[in-house]
Amino acid sequence: MYDFEYHKPSSVADAVKILAADPDARAISGGMTLLPALKLRLNKPTSVVDLSGIADLRGVKREGGKLVVGALTRHYEVATSAEVKASIPALAAMAASIGDTQVRNRGTMGGSVANNDPSADYPAALLALGATIQTDRRTISADDFFQGMFATALEAGELVTAIHIPVPEKAGYAKMKNPASRYSMAGVFVAKGPAGVRVAVNGAGNNGVFREAAMEAALSANWSADAVAGIKVDPSGMNGDIHGSAEYRAHLVTVMAKRAVVDAG
Amino acid sequence: MNAVQPFEGIGASVRRKEDFRFLQGRGMYTDDINRPGQTHAFILRSPHAHATIQGIDTAAAKAMPGVLAVFTSADMTAIGGIPCGWQIHNKDGTPMAEPKHPVLAEGKVRHVGDPVAVVVAETRAQARDAAEAIVVDYAPLQGVSSTEAAIAPGAPAVHDGVAGNLCYDWHIGDKATTDAAFAKAAKVVKFSTTNNRLVPNAMEPRAAIGEFDAMSGDYTLYTTSQNPHVIRLLMGAFVLSIPESKLRVVAPDVGGGFGSKIYHYAEEAIVTWASAKVKRPIKWTADRTESFMSDAHGRDHVSTAELALDTDGKILGLKVHTLANMGAYLSTFAPCVPTYLYATLLSGVYATPVIYAEVKAVFTNTVPVDAYRGAGRPEATYLLERLMDVAAREIGMDRVEFRKKNFIPTAAFPYQTPVALQYDSGDYFSTLAGALETSGWATFEERRSEAKARGKLRGIGISTYVEACGIAPSAVVGSLGARAGLYEVGTIRVHPTGSVTVLTGTHSHGQGHETTLAQLVADKLGVPMANIDIVHGDTAKVPFGMGTYGSRSLAVGGSAMDKAMDKIIAKGKRIAAHLMEASVDDVEFERGTFRVAGTDKTKSLTDISLAAYVPHNYPIDEIEPGLDETAFYDPKNFTYPGGCHICEVEIDPDTGKVSVMGFTAVDDVGRVINPMIVEGQVQGGVAQGIGQALLEAAIYDADGQLISGSMMDYTMPRADDLAPVSVATHTTLCTHNPLGVKGCGEVGAIGSPPAVMNAVVDALRDFGVNHVEMPATPAKIWNIINGHRMAAE
Ligand SMILES: Cc1cc2nc3c(=O)[nH]c(=O)nc-3n(C[C@H](O)[C@H](O)[C@H](O)COP(=O)(O)OP(=O)(O)OC[C@H]3O[C@@H](n4cnc5c(N)ncnc54)[C@H](O)[C@@H]3O)c2cc1C
Repeated sequence: MYDFEYHKPSSVADAVKILAADPDARAISGGMTLLPALKLRLNKPTSVVDLSGIADLRGVKREGGKLVVGALTRHYEVATSAEVKASIPALAAMAASIGDTQVRNRGTMGGSVANNDPSADYPAALLALGATIQTDRRTISADDFFQGMFATALEAGELVTAIHIPVPEKAGYAKMKNPASRYSMAGVFVAKGPAGVRVAVNGAGNNGVFREAAMEAALSANWSADAVAGIKVDPSGMNGDIHGSAEYRAHLVTVMAKRAVVDAG
Repeated sequence: MNAVQPFEGIGASVRRKEDFRFLQGRGMYTDDINRPGQTHAFILRSPHAHATIQGIDTAAAKAMPGVLAVFTSADMTAIGGIPCGWQIHNKDGTPMAEPKHPVLAEGKVRHVGDPVAVVVAETRAQARDAAEAIVVDYAPLQGVSSTEAAIAPGAPAVHDGVAGNLCYDWHIGDKATTDAAFAKAAKVVKFSTTNNRLVPNAMEPRAAIGEFDAMSGDYTLYTTSQNPHVIRLLMGAFVLSIPESKLRVVAPDVGGGFGSKIYHYAEEAIVTWASAKVKRPIKWTADRTESFMSDAHGRDHVSTAELALDTDGKILGLKVHTLANMGAYLSTFAPCVPTYLYATLLSGVYATPVIYAEVKAVFTNTVPVDAYRGAGRPEATYLLERLMDVAAREIGMDRVEFRKKNFIPTAAFPYQTPVALQYDSGDYFSTLAGALETSGWATFEERRSEAKARGKLRGIGISTYVEACGIAPSAVVGSLGARAGLYEVGTIRVHPTGSVTVLTGTHSHGQGHETTLAQLVADKLGVPMANIDIVHGDTAKVPFGMGTYGSRSLAVGGSAMDKAMDKIIAKGKRIAAHLMEASVDDVEFERGTFRVAGTDKTKSLTDISLAAYVPHNYPIDEIEPGLDETAFYDPKNFTYPGGCHICEVEIDPDTGKVSVMGFTAVDDVGRVINPMIVEGQVQGGVAQGIGQALLEAAIYDADGQLISGSMMDYTMPRADDLAPVSVATHTTLCTHNPLGVKGCGEVGAIGSPPAVMNAVVDALRDFGVNHVEMPATPAKIWNIINGHRMAAE
């Protein structure tokens, strides 16, 4: 780790102020992604702005037809929240499947969303559920927010403060884990909600999380695993590496889509 | 002795004494040690697989805050290269190529991670900061990572002067008689495979602290080693020219080794040497990234085997050709792994009349490869046990029947194989029968059908194996190229009031020696476990011993202790005879009590030890005071554990994921001292074997970049990758050591990979698959299934 200054503001406004004043400052939430990067010296921020002192960024609320999840809400809290389990059980189950106990006890939804790792779980859920990401200055739809590998609509120094998730009629998730990292190497989240049927895929694509239009159309017409079973995904949009070829991942997307539909019920 | 004390001797599952400190985080590992005035080293390593170094500019680094010194090979001209402990001879009798292995790169780097410079600073972070300011002018060269590419014509030369990157071209067995057997064969079965390269990944990364005392001129090295005396010898005599009397090597608690902590590594020499330059202690601790690119890797063979059979399915002969990757330099025991620890095992449990094996060892631009749990025997077992399945299928014989037909008969021991070894004892039929029974082999087809109904492919696989461990008879290994003896030493120090300290030359890094070895003393001398302490891992405390690897600690180290206890008893009898006014020939000893035969006259061990140290009424003219005996034990032969492993797997055809559903191990490890520890050792070994079979692979690109260089890409087995492992033992005693023990540390990792892979191939039997390379990853299995479907469509 390189030396950096450490700040622990107690309000979003203060945090944004520090970040605005220094383009090389970085926010830290759970630190489960940023800390390993710092330790490996892949990052050299001048200062680290710890958001954990901002109390109102944490917690889950139901507001009418939506769940509102504070950016600092930890994976463990999402997994065990009675509100999430009642409203979107597939989201609670997804949270419970992230990393390991230590990671779930530290990692946050805001951090995961801001990071937009192509293999991370939440981005697929939020895209499929038609969530809205609220920042310190605006709201952004998930469709606009996730812009490819590790790329988001966030401006420099802009903080995610909450995620608004419309409660769906049903939703399901299935993933094939990378044997080594246990991140998703092909995960599919399916949802039938206010915004219609949406299918989002993580882990597999060569440009981050994406929606699978053919599957959405098929499931809109016929909500069943059989409806997606015959849909072949084009390998040219898939990632290939030592853990699996693009063809394998394309195949997995179909398998996981079927399983996600079964999971949704 | 207290009558209600539970039995703690041989055969008791005594809980591991050392676990109290380990489970509470109270172990004392090298990195936990901090010396007064300690500084920190950071090693700058090559990012290139192969490059010449045109210059190194350390000026900026030396000026950085907290920096005490920056060293490169230019500063270390008085230092020797890292020695290799084993010399193999080529077919033509010439010695193997043994290029220099410099401590810091001299003019050229040969693998990613090759040490180039060292920074010593007040803190680790400062040392690392300064290392980034070192400017190394590399001219990258074409690298080569696979054995086949390295010996292909025109391959880049890893070492100037080593033609064709060939370290040695060695053989064993009789070519003429083997060729003759093949000429008569009714059937020849051919099989080729790769034994995947593994990264050991001990939980504790390597670490070293060097300390120089300018007043006495003494050096101390604290290091994560399986064998501190070996390090003292190699580093003192060959690298740094420090007399043994001036060099103390301490290997405190060590968090796993699996072979990777046998070897003398550059960092040990660097911190020891540099501590005298900066006149402060220096600590170096690897991070996980460094472990991946600097700990010796394991396996990495490419082999072809041919089996000659008669019309009845009897084996007539075996031919094997193997290419073994040595990596960029010869690590301490590397040359012996694919030769004397591998090819000598190619007879396996079978009465194969003739064998001929050729092994070529090859330099590549990869981390050195050396012994890793099992060392050569897993490679031999995998090749042979996959070949047996392939052959059984080709000749249409049941794979169990085929094995039994060729087993060495139980009455045939001692059995001389055609590849040098003489197995002293074994009973392969019984371990097989036990494993077939426990695993429910006979009812497998029911489970397969049931799985099929669930859409899963279920398979069962078997492996029957023998290995050679308890290394080793010094004269034998010396004649085969070892540059060291492989005896062991044990001291039994009975204190005045009867408690015992044992000094052993073996080293425990997770195996539970503090318990098992103490049980030997409890059993023989009748001393309660609580009063027995095992001391190991410090050259200042323990006589010269060879350490722990090759499942030798009990068979060799325990036998040395047993001999030392014999001396204690013999002396004690003389003292007892004096005290009880009897003839020494009439004194008997059993578990702590000396008795005049046929009488109720007795003396306890404590009576005797007290008399020995307070020799008031004592035959002082005939016997020296004290009760402290040392024995060195050099084994007469290797020991030969063997057994049968059976694995059941299920494959999800949609994803290709292989799940282990059950695993049965019935092993003959000789006399069992602590059944619970044996079970733990076998389970751990099986976990590593399943890791090799299904998960682990060190993957280099063609040029020598390590792609699976972290836990994100290198799959270590996790608990949910495994299944409960049923462990049982069936004992035939080792005939040549006093304890009858054979060793259990490696059997799990040796027997299991082919059992798993035979199960995987069996699960895919409807797909016309006759082989799957390790590791059987989901992607690989899916490719096979998908390829078959596409072909069918
Ligand atoms: C061993 C391990 C296994 C893991 N497995 C999984 C897995 O299976 N699935 C999965 O999805 N993830 C996995 N993760 C990642 C984990 O979920 C992370 O917690 C998450 O991706 C980032 O959340 P965080 O709170 O830790 O963010 P941090 O590490 O604190 O920050 C990550 C990035 O986001 C920025 N950031 C943080 N908070 C905000 C904010 N509120 N607004 C704007 N920017 C912000 C930071 O500046 C940084 O760039 C794993 C991590 C580890 C270490």
